[in-house]
Amino acid sequence: MPTALKIENISKRYQLGLTHSRSIRELVNGLGSRLIGRKQQATTQGEFWALKDVSFKVNQGEVIGIIGKNGAGKSTLLKILSQITKPTSGKAVLKGRVASLLEVGTGFHPELTGRENVYLNGTILGMTKKEVARRFDEIIAFSGIEKFIDTPVKRYSSGMTVRLGFAVAAHLDPEILIVDEVLAVGDVEFQKRCLSKMQDVANSGRTVLFVSHNLASIRNLTSRCVVLRKGQLVFDGDTSPAITQYIQINRTEFVSTGDVRTLERAFKGLSQSVRFTKLVMLEEAQTLKPDEDIRFQMTLRAEENVGCFLIGLSIFRDDDFPVGGTFSVELPALQQGDSIDYTFKLPQPPLAPGKYYCGISVVEANTSDKNMFDSLTGVLPFEVTQAGFGQRFWNPGWGVIRFNPLLQIPETESQDKVNVN
Amino acid sequence: MTEPVSLEVELSQTSKQEDLRDQFQHIENLTETIIQPPQSLLTLNLGDVWRYRDLFSLLVWRDIATRYRQSIVGVGWAVIKPVLSMLIFTFIFGTVAGIKSDGSPYALFSFTALLPWMYFSNSLSAATNSIVGSGNMLQKVYFPRLILPLVGVVTGLMELLIQLVVLIGLMAWYQFVPGWQIVLAPLFIVMATLTALAVGLWLTALNVKYRDIGQAVPFLTQAWMWLSPIVYTSAAVPEKYRLIYGLNPMVGVIEGFRWSFLGTTTPDWRMMGVSFSVVIVLLITGLLFFRKTEDTFADII
Repeated sequence: MPTALKIENISKRYQLGLTHSRSIRELVNGLGSRLIGRKQQATTQGEFWALKDVSFKVNQGEVIGIIGKNGAGKSTLLKILSQITKPTSGKAVLKGRVASLLEVGTGFHPELTGRENVYLNGTILGMTKKEVARRFDEIIAFSGIEKFIDTPVKRYSSGMTVRLGFAVAAHLDPEILIVDEVLAVGDVEFQKRCLSKMQDVANSGRTVLFVSHNLASIRNLTSRCVVLRKGQLVFDGDTSPAITQYIQINRTEFVSTGDVRTLERAFKGLSQSVRFTKLVMLEEAQTLKPDEDIRFQMTLRAEENVGCFLIGLSIFRDDDFPVGGTFSVELPALQQGDSIDYTFKLPQPPLAPGKYYCGISVVEANTSDKNMFDSLTGVLPFEVTQAGFGQRFWNPGWGVIRFNPLLQIPETESQDKVNVN
Repeated sequence: MTEPVSLEVELSQTSKQEDLRDQFQHIENLTETIIQPPQSLLTLNLGDVWRYRDLFSLLVWRDIATRYRQSIVGVGWAVIKPVLSMLIFTFIFGTVAGIKSDGSPYALFSFTALLPWMYFSNSLSAATNSIVGSGNMLQKVYFPRLILPLVGVVTGLMELLIQLVVLIGLMAWYQFVPGWQIVLAPLFIVMATLTALAVGLWLTALNVKYRDIGQAVPFLTQAWMWLSPIVYTSAAVPEKYRLIYGLNPMVGVIEGFRWSFLGTTTPDWRMMGVSFSVVIVLLITGLLFFRKTEDTFADII
């Protein structure tokens, strides 16, 4: 099989502190202090390797998935392959026309009509006017908004804009197609169409690089995946083991000692007036029998005086599917400097056998908008085993919740009901 | 969205294999894209700009088409702005201050200077903001970045064309017949475009890193206007300062443009030479500087 894409030791370094634009004042200050011999204030707080020595090859006609947590380097890799940014070192060779779709509808102008934007967007993505004209009817048919094609895009719903944008991208006809998480937008029906269009592209012998957080679509679409972690390639192989590896990584990133002080938070801009410092599951093996309580212990530290608060817990399946959530009862106020241990149990969650993890947060109790103090996700991983589950082997297709057994209503009782009616 | 999406793909195996064989033969002849760290060797890559000429023309068209949407006066603005400035200048400088024109009516004298000047200052600010203003596009898709400042300086030519019609009308009103030098007018318009591009390339590349540039440009153009022969003739500048005065490239553009239309006084050619040399130097260094920094635009914008 001929190689369509070869990546050799690609690295990308970002200089922290220089990533945003500096003002002339800063520059002058820097020059000034250098002139009088003072040491320049460290504007370069250090460097950050978004990618480090990543190498892999993709054969022509292969559909390859790129998975990794946020910040693993996926987007940087796509940007380098799309020639938006240059690597710091290394080399990549791509054979054939490359189309990258990091966003749908790039360059759409709200004042222009759908028709005008199709031409504009097409040429931005690298087509010539002639090529757009040739495929224009197909594009419009695919988008399904024929009626509004001469209406300014600013009158479109966001869904229509996305449809039109994807329709253009779908008709690029490149040898190599690079797709970022663009399918996260739009309704399910449309996602389905996008995915099958990508499948078509792949089946016609083109090469597709596909980044997604949606493990289901990765599983459907790709046969091979590379897993990135902190800028490095940690796995390259079949999709199934790759996904297992990816989930494994997510789990081990949660430190087993339970010290969560420096663990990355689920959101930016949390006040952390009260914050998690320690969080452990009491079942050390992190495996539960069906109907066993989930028990965990945590330490909260108050950085300032806070009123009553709640603990929120949500459970996710290992492919990030949200299963459910709940809150604790209201907990008493804390004084600044308090560091208090709590032990909780979630009684008998009716979870199907499988792997799960949790998200947990501290939420202010008395405000209507549920102001969040601190929040962690990807924590408290556990597995619900099959053992002890008396009835049958659980089929994952049945879902995530085991309801209580079906109960038969005694004959006489049901007769009564019918009679009443 | 985590809704699992199932796919059903039916394929006829043989036709797929045939397709693939075609593809493999095809791939041998494909162009290769090589992605490497920025090279120290400077190449301008103008071929790439040419390949994207359709994008260039569509962006120019977009900017022209959207400029006057939802506006009552519309294209009329292209006429109103220079005509009003001309009337004010004629009153203040021609009538009140009594500044001498070169023999032509002061209205014509200032209007022939205002056209290239307004075109230049609009194009300069468009070019300066072109990169930062398209930040989102830069981070999502590749195209030769040089296209953006080029679009910025070319878009204004449409307005200039309309204004030229007004100028011709004004000359007819004053019964002013231009001489042979009128054929040189396009040359000076090209010079104005190149000047806006040359300065714009420097400023737009710097603006990515230092946003102060965007703040400084309106003031810069204001000051620049008084340093250009718009309300006065360059003949009023003392002889010994002429060459230094000529370092302002707009001096050459405006004097040349006015001369080609009105033909009253022949410009000082040595001064014009200085102006044009400055444009060429600024343009070449601007292109090189832009090329050198464009690889980092997406990272620091």
